[in-house]
Amino acid sequence: MVNTKNPVKSGRSAPRPGDSAETLRTYYEQMSLVRAFELRASEMYARAKIGGYCHLNLGEEATVVGLMAALEPRDYLFTTYRDHGYAIVRGMNPDAVMAELFGKSTGVVGGRGGSMHMFDMDLRMLGGYGIVGGQIPPATGAAFAIHYRSEAGPKTEAVMCLLGDGTTNIGAFHESLNLAGLWDLPIVYVIINNGLGMGTPVDKASAEPDLYKRGSAYRIPGVRVDGDDPIAVRDAARDALKRARVERRPSIVEAMSFRLKGHSVVDPARYRSAADSAEAQKADPVPAFRAHLISAGVLTETGAEKIDAAAEARVDVAVAFADSSPNPTVDQLFAYVYATEVPNAPSAFPGDRVVALS
Amino acid sequence: MTTESTGSRVITYRQALNETLRAELSRDENVFLIGEEIGVFEGSYKITAGLLEEFGPKRVVDTPIAEEGFVGIAIGSAMLGLRPVVEIMTINFTLIAIDQIVNHAAKMRSMFGGQVSVPLVIRTPGGGGQQLAATHSQNLEVWYAHIPGLKVVAPSSPADAKALLTAAIRDDDPVLFLENLALYNVKGEVPDGEQIAEIGRAAVLREGTDVTIISYSRGVVTALEVAAQLEDEGVSVEVVDLRSLRPLDRDAIVASAKKTSRVVVFEDDLLSYGIGAEISATISEGAFDFLDAPVRRVAAAEVPLPYSKPLELAALPSAATLHQVVTEILDDTRFSRQEAAGV
Repeated sequence: MVNTKNPVKSGRSAPRPGDSAETLRTYYEQMSLVRAFELRASEMYARAKIGGYCHLNLGEEATVVGLMAALEPRDYLFTTYRDHGYAIVRGMNPDAVMAELFGKSTGVVGGRGGSMHMFDMDLRMLGGYGIVGGQIPPATGAAFAIHYRSEAGPKTEAVMCLLGDGTTNIGAFHESLNLAGLWDLPIVYVIINNGLGMGTPVDKASAEPDLYKRGSAYRIPGVRVDGDDPIAVRDAARDALKRARVERRPSIVEAMSFRLKGHSVVDPARYRSAADSAEAQKADPVPAFRAHLISAGVLTETGAEKIDAAAEARVDVAVAFADSSPNPTVDQLFAYVYATEVPNAPSAFPGDRVVALS
Repeated sequence: MTTESTGSRVITYRQALNETLRAELSRDENVFLIGEEIGVFEGSYKITAGLLEEFGPKRVVDTPIAEEGFVGIAIGSAMLGLRPVVEIMTINFTLIAIDQIVNHAAKMRSMFGGQVSVPLVIRTPGGGGQQLAATHSQNLEVWYAHIPGLKVVAPSSPADAKALLTAAIRDDDPVLFLENLALYNVKGEVPDGEQIAEIGRAAVLREGTDVTIISYSRGVVTALEVAAQLEDEGVSVEVVDLRSLRPLDRDAIVASAKKTSRVVVFEDDLLSYGIGAEISATISEGAFDFLDAPVRRVAAAEVPLPYSKPLELAALPSAATLHQVVTEILDDTRFSRQEAAGV
């Protein structure tokens, strides 16, 4: 039996030399904000302010912050549908992210995408993707475009493509890795391994459950890191991004963490054992990083409380903004189907005549 | 249609495609070709002959057999502003990439609030009748014509192959560009200079007054043959070439139905839920009072296409069947040929 759940212990969140207290506090602020945002999203879902599917980053906050710290503004990011935290830490306004969840016109994509499809061209976050694995070929294509247009070097762009543990079994993953390996594309595939693809454990889904090894058939190296440690995640991602920029070679980073709740907000996760759930709660990266920063003298208890309170207050503002924002207007239904004016493009609402009578 | 023509030449559909690809590769550094066997092998149907040699492997990219992967790569590169022209060896193999085409290329602009566009062309031939059996003989264009966010064009002549391919490559949205195995060697007059068709417009290729045949792609060639034959028999046939399956030029369809009062759709796809069904519904809504007879459809038999030649021929819509159905619709409405011919 391969133990795929036990994260690689990295000396949990011990501050490294060179990381300023301010940087570490920022990481904690970001983790605290994502936590507060996601708990509130869950609450708003229960209050029917949010519809559809809603997958939360609870338990993934350290990975979110570590990856976003490694990514440069010039880089491109493609994510899974569990994307709220990435959107916020990448730089989207939490107001607009919450408004998107509420389906409002002020949402990051105007209420067209919802929870799974956060997107911001200026921030180069090119989408959350609802189809498992669907993001991997386009992300690889973004790396292709970079390769097409520029020479390798430390200042060039790279792509980070996130995927879940279950996604390593889909064909798109393997086709993309083969092409990225074959064509020397500047991309980092980050496998967010929380041990469960919906309710299926990794070792029941992957014949090679050490997922960081799954690029070996394509000569793509991989590393496994403790996804509960933002600094370990950041450093591994930075190394991989550097390799992408300088050597134009793809890599895999596997970040191990736990999903604190169900697959989505409506999933009570009855398939999980009490021991597994307890282990997940024990590994919760937010209080752990908080405690480590306090013990390292970077934060005081009072300072941490202030950060947590500020996160709550920020989310209060986001909810108020989302709640008071207007819905998209129905006359804009067809606004974005095509990029340009197209003769005879359909614009009929249900029940409309499609041709004029005369 | 934008033209800057000085003269014209008679060339094949294949040559028109090849020359257009060359012209667009020369014009825009962002245009590149990607697909299986398009470089060294020069394309399964030789559409890309000579282009690797002329433009090099950066612009003419040979891929492994991985349709989902390389179509998705084309989509991602288009999101960053490149203009990929994908060749998929036959439309049957688009099914392997359908998640990327339907769930991704078609959705991104709308789902991401208009922030990104996907200027992608997928060139692919459909068509049965080559004894390629069930999996290699399908006409799946209606699957894509069903999807908002995609455009589907189906040129029937070398001139349109040029003008529609130019338009597709310069279009900012994903375009499925339907070719046909039986059209590659068809010759026709192609104007010189830049030709850009307007996607979304049908064309009346032959004016007539007694009956309309509506078709697209290969079917148009057959429709024009049958129309010429019927003219000799005293029937004036109008031929409408759809050219674009999405968007569909409903006004052109309805206008011709009103004019002739009799319509036959000639389509390569399967009958049920096919192109003809949509056209028939459009005419029913827009020209009901003008019709002298129900719209007839000549489409493929609903069976996985067999290999055996007699069975294959029996399953596919042919010129003879089209002639027969046009004759039936005329006879059903007591059409008088002598009168029509002015004899």
